[in-house]
Parts: sequence; C-alpha cells; structure tokens
Amino acid sequence: MFSRSIPGKLRKIVGRDAVLDRPADLMLYEYDGSLARGAPQYVVFPQSTEQVSELVKFAAREGLSIVPRGAGTGLSGGSIARNGGIVLAFARMNRILEIDVPNLRATVQPGVVNLELSNALAPHGFYFAPDPSSQKACTIGGNVAENSGGPHTLAYGVTVNHVTGLEVVLPDGRIAQLGGNAGSAAGYDLTGFFVGSEGTLGIATAITVKITRLPESVATLLAIYDNVQNAAESVVALTSAGITPAAIEMLDGWTLRAVEASVHAGYPLDSAAVLLIEVEGLREMVEEHAEAIQALCRKSGAREVRVARDETERQLLWKGRKTAFGAIGRISHSYYVQDGVIPRTRIPETLAKIEEIGRKYSLTIGNIFHAGDGNLHPLILFDSRDADQTQRTLDAGREILEFCISVGGSITGEHGVGMEKQDLMCSLFTDSEREIMLRLRQCFNPNSLLNPEKMLPSPRLCREAVSPGHASLG
Amino acid sequence: MSSDTPTAGAAGHDRHVLEMGESHFAGPDRPSWDLYATCVHCGLCLNHCPTYRALGMEMDSPRGRIYQVLQVDAGRLPIGDSFVTHIDRCLDCRACETACPSGVQYGHIVERARAQIEQHYKRPWPARLVRSIFFRHVLGNPVRVATTARLLRLYQRSGAQRLARASGLLRLLGMSEVEALQPTIDDHFFFDQIGKVFPAEGELRARVALHAGCIASVAFSALNHATIRVLTKNGVEVWVPPGQNCCGALQAHAGFREEARRLARENIAAMLDDRFDAIVTNAAGCGSTLKDYGDLLHEDARHERAEAFAGKVKDVTEFLQHLGLRQPTRTLNLKAAYQDPCHLAHGQRVRSEPRDLLRRIGLKLEEMPNADQCCGSAGSYNVTQNELSMKILDAKMKDIATTSAELIVTANVGCMLQLRAGMKRIGRLTPVKHVVEVLDECY
Repeated sequence: MFSRSIPGKLRKIVGRDAVLDRPADLMLYEYDGSLARGAPQYVVFPQSTEQVSELVKFAAREGLSIVPRGAGTGLSGGSIARNGGIVLAFARMNRILEIDVPNLRATVQPGVVNLELSNALAPHGFYFAPDPSSQKACTIGGNVAENSGGPHTLAYGVTVNHVTGLEVVLPDGRIAQLGGNAGSAAGYDLTGFFVGSEGTLGIATAITVKITRLPESVATLLAIYDNVQNAAESVVALTSAGITPAAIEMLDGWTLRAVEASVHAGYPLDSAAVLLIEVEGLREMVEEHAEAIQALCRKSGAREVRVARDETERQLLWKGRKTAFGAIGRISHSYYVQDGVIPRTRIPETLAKIEEIGRKYSLTIGNIFHAGDGNLHPLILFDSRDADQTQRTLDAGREILEFCISVGGSITGEHGVGMEKQDLMCSLFTDSEREIMLRLRQCFNPNSLLNPEKMLPSPRLCREAVSPGHASLG
Repeated sequence: MSSDTPTAGAAGHDRHVLEMGESHFAGPDRPSWDLYATCVHCGLCLNHCPTYRALGMEMDSPRGRIYQVLQVDAGRLPIGDSFVTHIDRCLDCRACETACPSGVQYGHIVERARAQIEQHYKRPWPARLVRSIFFRHVLGNPVRVATTARLLRLYQRSGAQRLARASGLLRLLGMSEVEALQPTIDDHFFFDQIGKVFPAEGELRARVALHAGCIASVAFSALNHATIRVLTKNGVEVWVPPGQNCCGALQAHAGFREEARRLARENIAAMLDDRFDAIVTNAAGCGSTLKDYGDLLHEDARHERAEAFAGKVKDVTEFLQHLGLRQPTRTLNLKAAYQDPCHLAHGQRVRSEPRDLLRRIGLKLEEMPNADQCCGSAGSYNVTQNELSMKILDAKMKDIATTSAELIVTANVGCMLQLRAGMKRIGRLTPVKHVVEVLDECY
C-alpha cells in the first residue's frame, strides 16, 4: 500500500529520529490537558521553518491533515488530532533566536517555554508579560495559537497585545512574514488576526514579541471574605475607583481549601472566598495603591486584608493560585475546567448559578477566577471511568457557558474553543458573523488541511445545535 | 510478551470516558488507580523532566510514563519492549514530584511499574543474568560486595586498567565512558568499622546511628570517616550498629522490591532503637529510600516499625543544620556552587540545609541555573543508559560553566562521581566535593 511509504518520506524531510508512527508511541499524543482524545497517524518533530514548509506541502499532497502541538498543556483540545493525520510537535524548535533589548523585543521559535523566555530576559531587567498558569511548561507557540492570558492579563492584556510579528507557514507551504516591522500600522492587522486562530490559519515558526520591563516594586495582597458576594463587590469597587491592579484573582472557599491542603499558602480555611490582588509599578505609586486597595476591600466587606511582607510570602500566595488546578487532582481523579467570561458586575449571580447547576447535576464545582476581567474557571469534579457522571459533567459545563453568554459574556477567555466548545459558537455568533470567519479561514486554509474541525463549527452543526432557547441569543 | 501493538482504541476519537479493560498488571506491587490517577495530565512536569528536556518526546516525560502505566492497567498497552524502554529511561530523579501541583507520587508509580516489569517481562538473557547477579546476589551481601570490590581493586591497581585504557580496548568494547565512571576502590573497607561507637567531643548533644552504605563502604570509606569526625566534633555520639545492610535503593529503583524489603527488615531490626535520636546517612539516594520504608513495607504486619524507622532517618546535612554547627575552627574563602542531589531535593525536600551549612563555613555560594536538575548519575543509570546520561551530564556542565565557582559541592557520592567525570569531559579541574568533606576541612 502507498501509505506504507509515508513514514519514510516524512523521515526524509525531518530525519530518522524525528518521526513516530508506532501505535504504542502515537497513543502518547492522543491527549493534552483537556478531556479530549484522538490519536494521530504520525508525529513529526520539525527542526526548522523549511522543514515545516516541506511537511505542509507533503501533507497537502497526501491529503493528511496537520495539527501543531507545543507542550500539550491546552485545555480545549486544540492540539488533538481528531481526524488522525500528522501532529507537528514543536519540542525541538525551542531556541530563543534573538533578544533585542534596545528595541524591546525578542524573537523565539514556537517551542520555547513561556517561563524560559522570562528567565532569559530577567538578567536584562525584562520579562514576557503573558503569564498563563501553565507558564513553566506551555510554549509560546501554543500561547499564540490560543491567545493565552493569565492572572496579569488585567493590566497587561493577553498574548495578542504582545506579539508584533510572525513568520508563518501557510497550508500551501509558502512562508509569510506577518507584521514585524517597527511600528507597522499599514494594511490589515494580520498578526492580530493570526493570534488566537488555534492553528486554523497557518503555523507560526518564529514569533517576535514585546518585552516588558520588570516593575520596580510589587505589592501582593490577600483579601479574605466570609461571603462570596462581598468579594465580588470588592472587585467592582476596585475597578470603579480607577485603580488597575496587575491582577485580581478569586478563589472560592471550596477551592482555597483544596489548594491549602497541598501548598500551605496561608489561605484561611474558614473563609468563603479570597481575592489575591497585585499592584506593581513605581515604588511610591505601589505603596499608595496598596493602601487604597486595603481600604476599599474592607469597605466592601473584607474580614481581613493581608499584605505579603517579602518575596517568599508573595511567591507562596501566588503558588497557591498557579498550582490550583493540579491541586484539585488530590481530591478528584478527573476534573473539567471551564473558561467562561462575564461582565465583572455579574459575578455574584453567576456564582449562584454555578452552585445551582452543581446541585442540579449532583457535581462538586470549585471556582477560580481571573476576577478582575471576569474570566471564570469553574472546575467540575468527576470520575472519568463513570460514563453517566462524565456526561453530567459535560452537560453542566455547557450550561455554565450558556449562562455566561446570556449575561453578555463569552465561552472562552484564554483557553480557546478547540474541539469542545464549537457548538457554543453557534449561540455566541450570528450566522453572518460565523460566515465571515469561515471565509477568512478559507483565504488561508481553503481545504481545512490545518487543524480541521476546530474552533469554527460547521453550518450544519449550528443548525442541529440551535434549539428554540438558543435562537434568541444568536 | 513483547508485542507493542495496543489492543484497542488507538484511533478512538473524542473519547471522554475511560474504558478499563483487563489489566496487564498482576501480582505484588501493582501500580494502583488511586496512585496514578492523581495525575490530571496538566503537563506542568514536562519541562522539569531531564529526559523530556533531552529527547522532547511525550513517552519520555512523567505525564507520558504515567499515561503508559494507565494504559497497561486498562489493558490497552502490553508490558512489552516499548513500555519497558520508556520506564527504563526514567532517572527516577523525581523532579516531576517537585513540579507537580497534584502531589502525584511519581517515584512510587515508577518503582511499582518496574517491579511489574521484573515479574512479567523477559529481558534478553545477558541483561537478565547481569541484573540478577548484581541486584539479587551481590548488593545486599556485604561479603560479596567486598569480594567484587577486591577484584575491581586488583583491576585498578595491577596495571590492567592502565593497559585497558591505553590500548583502546575499552573504546573498542564501547565501554570507555562507563569505565571512566567507576569509583576508586579503598585500601581499607569501612565494613571493619561496623559495630563501633565513636564518642562525642565535649558536651553530648545527640546520639545517632550511622547507616554506612554498601558501595560507600568499599569506595567512600574516607567520606564515612569524615562524617563521623564532623558529627563527633559537633557533640554527637555516633554508633555504627552491627547487622545493618545495604539500604535497598538500587534494588527498589530497578524493580527488585522483594530484595529491597528483605534489606529494609534487616536495617529496621539493626537500627531502630530508642537510644538513637536519629538514623543518619550521608548518601541522598540511600536516605530517600530509608525514609520510604513505610511505603516499601506497607503490607508487613509490623509496618508501624517501618514508619517509625522512616521517621527517624535524617540526611547528615539536615541533621547537622537542625542541630546547629559549633563554631568552625577555620573558614573557607571560596566561591562555590551547590548541586542538589535529586534524592535530597526532590526525594526528601532538603534544599536549604546544605546551603546554610556551606555558608556557615564561609563559602560564597553562587546558584547555578537548574541546580536541582539531575546530573544523569541516578544510581546505576549512567551505566545502564550511558548515552542519555552523558547527554544530561553535558547540559549540567553547561550550567556549571556559567558560574565562577572554584568548588562544586553536592551531597551524594553518585553525583560526585558523575560531576567529576563531567569535569574531565570539559577539561576543567574544578574540584567536586561532598558537603561533609568540606565541613571536615573546617573542624
């Protein structure tokens, strides 16, 4: 059979030790950080842009789809090869190509780990601002695909606000430069369009990012509440007062107890919610803002506000937040994390709704928010061996997102749509909005060679998904 | 069984429910669902794993190895060549445990996986023979360890070694790198000291039992003597209780858990005694296993004795720092870098104590990047997986080269040998010492 020679041809492009085709190896690429599963037919480890271009041309000839993969930490199934085909794993394209401090930029290959870029910039007094909670493992290529954010999104924006140029390989194998010139404002913003496209437009092979000066001073505060309502009021009070903290994170009582058991970050076990608030900037401003924040939080009902006294305490408070998802693993073997967005003024009612949904489906749901920008991460606990519980979990997750849409929010803040929330795109966008997106995708990726069946739903799926209840939303 | 073809589901798409088929695991030391399913495959461990960093493949990552264990348990993957290759390649350095937010006990998982491999997988006969001789018949038997050491000493001193190295014979056999890692065998073995008691100097501050170790007793006697000197000079009475044996670490790491259990029981019988404030070791690898006797013997009727034993074990650096060093008689004005032994930093969470001790005697400590990344020594790993081990070592030497350290300090003999071999590879003369040796120079 002809397909027998495919691995041989792939090896010719990338080298003998850079292709996987045995089932026992391929099954290790059927998962990522999400619940989705799907094994590719081949996994290929390119080492250069030229190889990526050759691979794409080859795949097009053979009619094989291509799914790019960074570290596989994604939470929406973006790197899952749901139609088989080739997974392009970027683990070996992980070099920092240039650090250009005077021009405040760095250029990296897509497989560079987010935190390693910041570590390399630290001696120069800079860092890469987008800080997903998985930053010690996730790659910048993946951040570009998913337009990742993190706790500090509130002040600094998400990945798209930090990418100035891209070298991309298009589905026909052409290599294109998007943006990249200093101060480029001419023409359409293709760089901005590409970031967050979840691998459906092209494959980024070099990424130029803005670098950000490390702040002179940072203050981290922990505000403790006896009820969630007050915590939510504090968030609104802070943003209304014109103070923009670098981050405002919220953990509900159930979640903070789970985290405390593994990290011992000092979160009080008897509280109903905590806010982790950070301000940074010039020393005087930070001190002033920290005091104002304490006063505002107390006024809106905080039982206590603690300020981290030193870097160790600060790191510990953050460790609790950054490792929160994993800490849930101590309690439940599987969890489903959602990524809804709501206007921050709607936090209290949304939390009440989530609690109600948990009761309805008999599931435990913990809540972690990037509260400052209304980005929720409800964590639904379940046992993946139990088919009924798994289905209830998926249904509950869906219902939470539908509620987010109904209060004027969205189905993803930073994890992407991937393959798990496509049907919700039908409710979020109108037919004509989706059609524009489909046509834009077709300009780049006409035959759906790249990451097929991701992000944008097929018109047919939407026709099937739209029930009378949803029709009014779309 | 050696077929690697997964039996079902490789092309299953969008599966959310895990189908548990008939497990390929059987017999004692099965990795249980409760143990491995704490992994939520978030991937935060990946970049902390030396083999993932070196190879970039999911199969050689902690998450991937746990997934393979799950697939074997679910009946989708046989205990065949592929599974064995990737489980063998693990250093068991447990850096992933430090990185893991879910508290996955990876070391327990991989050691059980290896115990299953020993029970259900037939290695090629030369490997089987060598492993059986080494893990079943030599280690754990002080007389045979001594005999083997004498033979090795004969090779080293008779001129045979010089001949083998000079003639290119070793290179021809592909053994030159492995051969270079062997320790120099002592003239006098530490086994002679077992049963002795060394009195404290000055006021008696504590009484401890020293676990001397098996390979340490034939190749690092001087380090054991230095350990005793530093302890006694700090007011500690040191017993070297008779009846003690090898700790069983290498056996447990290799999947010979029954042998490890036998040794654990011997050590508990010999050393668990109310008179001792602590059971002290100078080898991070031994300490980590000694502290884990509770898990190793959790099915024993008297497992509470194993727990009690484990609770008393202290690394010598941990013990000394908590005791508080007496004023040293001299200080060392040098720039030094400390390499965390994996089984101290990740296995025992001891990181600050050795550094504090080194600062106390005047050393200016400079942190190397990735100080808690494995050097590739990992017990017998540098022999069994030499090529990968050297790749990991080279990355370590690059990190060391970014410092201006005049002295490299670590707290485990395996790491010392590996780092010394690394220095030779890059043609540097920077000395590599154990924390205790450096302390010994100051009393």
